[in-house]
Order: sequence, then C-alpha cells, then structure tokens
Amino acid sequence: MTQEVDVLLDARGIGKRFGGVHALKDVSLTIRRGEIYGLIGPNGAGKTTFFNVLTGLYQRDSGEISFDGKPLTLESPHTVAAAGIARTFQNIRLFGNMTAMENVMVGRHVKTHAGVFGAMLRTKAERAEEAEIRRRAEELLHYVGVATHANSLAREMSYGDQRRLEIARALATEPKLLALDEPAAGMNATETASLRVLIEGLRADGLTVLLIEHDVKLVMGLCDRVAVLDYGQKIAEDIPSVVRSNPKVIEAYIGTATH
Amino acid sequence: MRTHLKFPSVKGNVLPMVLLAIALIALPFALALIGTAWVRITNFAVLFVLLSLGLNIVVGFAGLLDLGYVAFFAVGAYVYALLASPHFGIHLPFWIILPIGAFIACIAGAVLGAPTLKLRGDYLAIVTLGFGEIVRIFMNNMSNPINITNGPKGIAQIDNFQVGPIDFGKSDLLGGLIFSGPIKYYYFLMLALMVVVVINGRLKDSRIGRAWVAIREDEVAAKASGINTRNIKLLAFAMGASFGGLSGGMFAAIQGFVSPESFVLNESIMILAMVVLGGMGNIWGVIAGAVLLSFLPEILRYTVEPVQMAIFGKMWIDPEVLRMLIFGLALVLTMRYRPAGLWPESRHRREMAVVPVK
Repeated sequence: MTQEVDVLLDARGIGKRFGGVHALKDVSLTIRRGEIYGLIGPNGAGKTTFFNVLTGLYQRDSGEISFDGKPLTLESPHTVAAAGIARTFQNIRLFGNMTAMENVMVGRHVKTHAGVFGAMLRTKAERAEEAEIRRRAEELLHYVGVATHANSLAREMSYGDQRRLEIARALATEPKLLALDEPAAGMNATETASLRVLIEGLRADGLTVLLIEHDVKLVMGLCDRVAVLDYGQKIAEDIPSVVRSNPKVIEAYIGTATH
Repeated sequence: MRTHLKFPSVKGNVLPMVLLAIALIALPFALALIGTAWVRITNFAVLFVLLSLGLNIVVGFAGLLDLGYVAFFAVGAYVYALLASPHFGIHLPFWIILPIGAFIACIAGAVLGAPTLKLRGDYLAIVTLGFGEIVRIFMNNMSNPINITNGPKGIAQIDNFQVGPIDFGKSDLLGGLIFSGPIKYYYFLMLALMVVVVINGRLKDSRIGRAWVAIREDEVAAKASGINTRNIKLLAFAMGASFGGLSGGMFAAIQGFVSPESFVLNESIMILAMVVLGGMGNIWGVIAGAVLLSFLPEILRYTVEPVQMAIFGKMWIDPEVLRMLIFGLALVLTMRYRPAGLWPESRHRREMAVVPVK
C-alpha cells in the first residue's frame, strides 16, 4: 500500500551552536499533515532549542525549513506565527493581568487588521472585526474548556486551565501546525488525561501537532510518529512501537551496561 | 460585553453626569471670581491631564518607561510658536498648526522609539531621558548660524487662537458674562480633553490596545502570538508623542511665549508622577493624578504663607521650600499606602495587592 505522504513541515540539516556547545547537529525531520508528531529526548537533548529555532525565537546557524510547500522565513516569531505555526511554552507564558478572554483575543491579532485610526473612529469595519474577534475567542474558550473563566485574570486561573488557555491563544492564530512545549509538565494524572483528550480532539479536527514531552507514556500513547533527540542529534524517527525498541533510544534513556 | 473598561455608562448614570457637566461648564466663572489666575492654573492643569493621558499610552498601556516625554510637548509648542508668531512672520491659523504639531511630534516619537526597541526598563528610561534633554538643548542652541528657535531667549508674541471673529486673547461680553481669554481657552481645552479621553478609551479597548498590554505583560509571548512588537511599540511611542505635540501647541498659544526652560527633565518626571500616582493604565486614575498634582503645588503656594503668618506671626520657612516638602511627602505617602496609584486599573490593583502566604 503506497500512499503519497503529505508533508507539512520539512526541516533539513538544522544546526545551532551556543558558543562551544553544539545544541543541534544536522537535525532533519519531517512532519506530515494531520499527525501528532512527538519529539522526545533526555534533558538537554536540544528539544526546546529545536522548538525555539522553529518558532523564530533563535536564529539557526545552518539548515533549511520548508513549511506547507514554502520556505519558512525564521527572522522573527511573529512572521512564523503569521506563516501558521503557533506554540505554547514550557513554562506557561500568558498575559497574566489580562482576562482569559483578552488573552485569546490577542491571539487573533495576526488574523485581523484594524489599526489606530479604525480604533479611534470606531468605524463600522472595526466594530464588526471586534465582534468577530470576541465571538471567535469565546468559541475557543469553550473548545478548550475554560469558558467559565472568560473574565478571570489569566494568572488567577489554575495551572491546568492556564495550559488550556495557552493552547486556546495559540489556536486563535489559526495555525496549521500547533507546537506544544511540554504541555503535561507539572500536571497531575487527571489533568494529563484530560489534556490528552484535548490534543486528540485537535488531531480529529485536522490540526497537525508537534509535541515535545518528557512524559514518555503520554508521547507513546498519543503520537503517530516520534523522533528522539540525544546530544543535539536525531537518533531515531518512526512510529512509537519501533522507536521504543530502538537500542539507541534505550541507551540514550537508560545508558549502557557495557562500554 | 466590554467588561474591564469602566466608563461611566450613560444608562442609569445620567444625573451625576449632567451635574458634572454643569459643574465643569460653570467652573471657570466661579474661578474667575477668585481671580483670573485660577482660571489659568486650571487651564494648565487640563494641559497636564492631556499630557498624562498621552504618556499613559506609552507607560500605562505598553509598559515602556519614558522619561523624556516632555520633548514631544516641546516639539508641539515650538511648531506652534514658529508658525504663529512674528519670529518668522508666519501666522497660520491654529486649526492648521495643531495637527501639524501633533504630526511632527508623532514622527519624533517614532524616531525616538526606533533605537530603543530592544531596551527595557531602566535602560529604556535612560535613553528616553537623554532624548528629552537632547531636544531641549537643541531648542537652546538652534539660534546659530541660522536663528530658528531664538535660543534661550525663546519665542514671544505667539498668536492666540482665533475662531472667526472670536479672539482668544481678548475678552468678550456675551449674555452679561465676561468671557475672558483664559475662559475661552478653558472651554477649548475641555473639548480637546473629551476627544482625547474618548480616543484613549477606544484605543485601549481595541486590537492595538490589547497588543500594547500584551507587550507590557510578556513580550516573548506577544511575539509568539503573532504581534509585530517592533511596529506596535513604535506605534505606542508615536501615539503618545502626538498627544504631547497637541498639548504643546495649545500650551504655546495659552502662554504666548515658549523657551527651552519650560521643557526641563522635571516636567517629564512630573507627568510620569501624575500617571503613576493616579493609577497607571486607568484613564480616570490618570486624570485624577494629573488634576491633583497640578493643583496641589498651586494651593500650597497660596496657603503656606498666610498659614505661617497666622500661626507664627512671621515667615518661618520659605514657602517654596515647604511647598516642595509637602508635595514630596504626599507622593511618598501615596506610594507607600496606595502603591498601584489612587485609582488603579483593576488589573494593576490586583497585581500590586499583597498575596497572602498560604
């Protein structure tokens, strides 16, 4: 059964140094449209570095990335967001003193246009756009399940709800690829289980998800394909069951008995 | 469902609003009975309210600490002075010059903003402080080789506003009431204030306003959410500056004279104090702060001396010294007991509140 693979993101030979540290060495990976792609690896393997390169927070030293058939310019995070890659952060970064609603509304920024003059004159177009932003934000709050907290300040929400809110804000940019940086970090078992339902729902709705995660059980259960980074290099990329039995992966996680 | 911006809503609040409007309309005549000086003091207070609302965009909304804001006030004032005085012999009407002044200040704001985009907090404050001084020193020295600003001597005999036959420099008698120049300016300033308040409120509750607050809250997250932080920050500087330029134009006309001395660092700090004292981000708080800080020194000026004479029978402490002492003390006490300002934005209030340790 040969099936044409629909590649959404194709990263080739990504390299990144911090001084003498080679954080990423020639990392290539492809993410297919509609899949949940896991990126795992021991602490310091370069997962977050790859993430930050991909989302324009760091400038890469080498390599090319094509996204949705076009080369991805990585000059700044906002151009990446505009291109259709949205992200969340390992340590949640919400706009703490804005309400949940406003947080999601900020996410609509990149898809809307009203400028200073539209706002000052409160033109018809501006009012219509504002209403649309609000409607969409409400929808997303419902979607991730924090609609009851719409008017709470983001920083007064529970940890699990903050994670969800951050996902809603990312979704507001209408991404083609949603990149989640350790979304289950610091969550208890119940919260992780319901997060898993949420991510599976995203895939069911046609979104492609890149997931960095420490929780190997979550990754193996959730992801369609998994890549493993170790010391800045990709050591495996396949479906979870294959990756799990890859000796290199086992070595990276547990170490070798003999040397 | 615009929940967080508590404008006094028209519904159910008609009576207090009407009373406030009547009070504000009657105010200059009441003040004129005490002395025309008080009408002038009120006018300057309103000017400072306008300035504070402009600075509030930069500091309160976008969270960019700007210590050189008075530079834009200076730009607006000098634009007015140059285009409506015998200095160059140009006498354009005010309704042409005010927008020009606001526009040039807006450009100046963007020019200042550009090199500071990567700076935050203390560093930003230092650079903006430097910019404020540069503008003042420019005004001081641009009398040579071509005399543009007339240097430290300043520019005098600046035209008053003129609307048709009404000259803001002269008194008119209308319906048995004397409309003196300052009273006419008062009404004009009030009109400008209303427009600025409405614009401020609308900006705050817009796509751009949310982007400003998002940058204040977390710049990295704002970028990742697709906000072009460079442009949006420049926009904050430019918008804030244009309000400063507008106020500057009105200042030049009311004062009839501008010189670099009016635009010293102290003024920037005073405007910042108004924003912080009143409550950063909250439009009504900023207005309250500006009114309070404008009137307090004046009230002290007029009371310190008589009170001392009444109690001690002689002048014990120089009024000027005591005035600044009381003024400073009031500021310290406010910041100690109301750190988020007298009338904080609801989110700041919560931010500053002491969180009980579990």
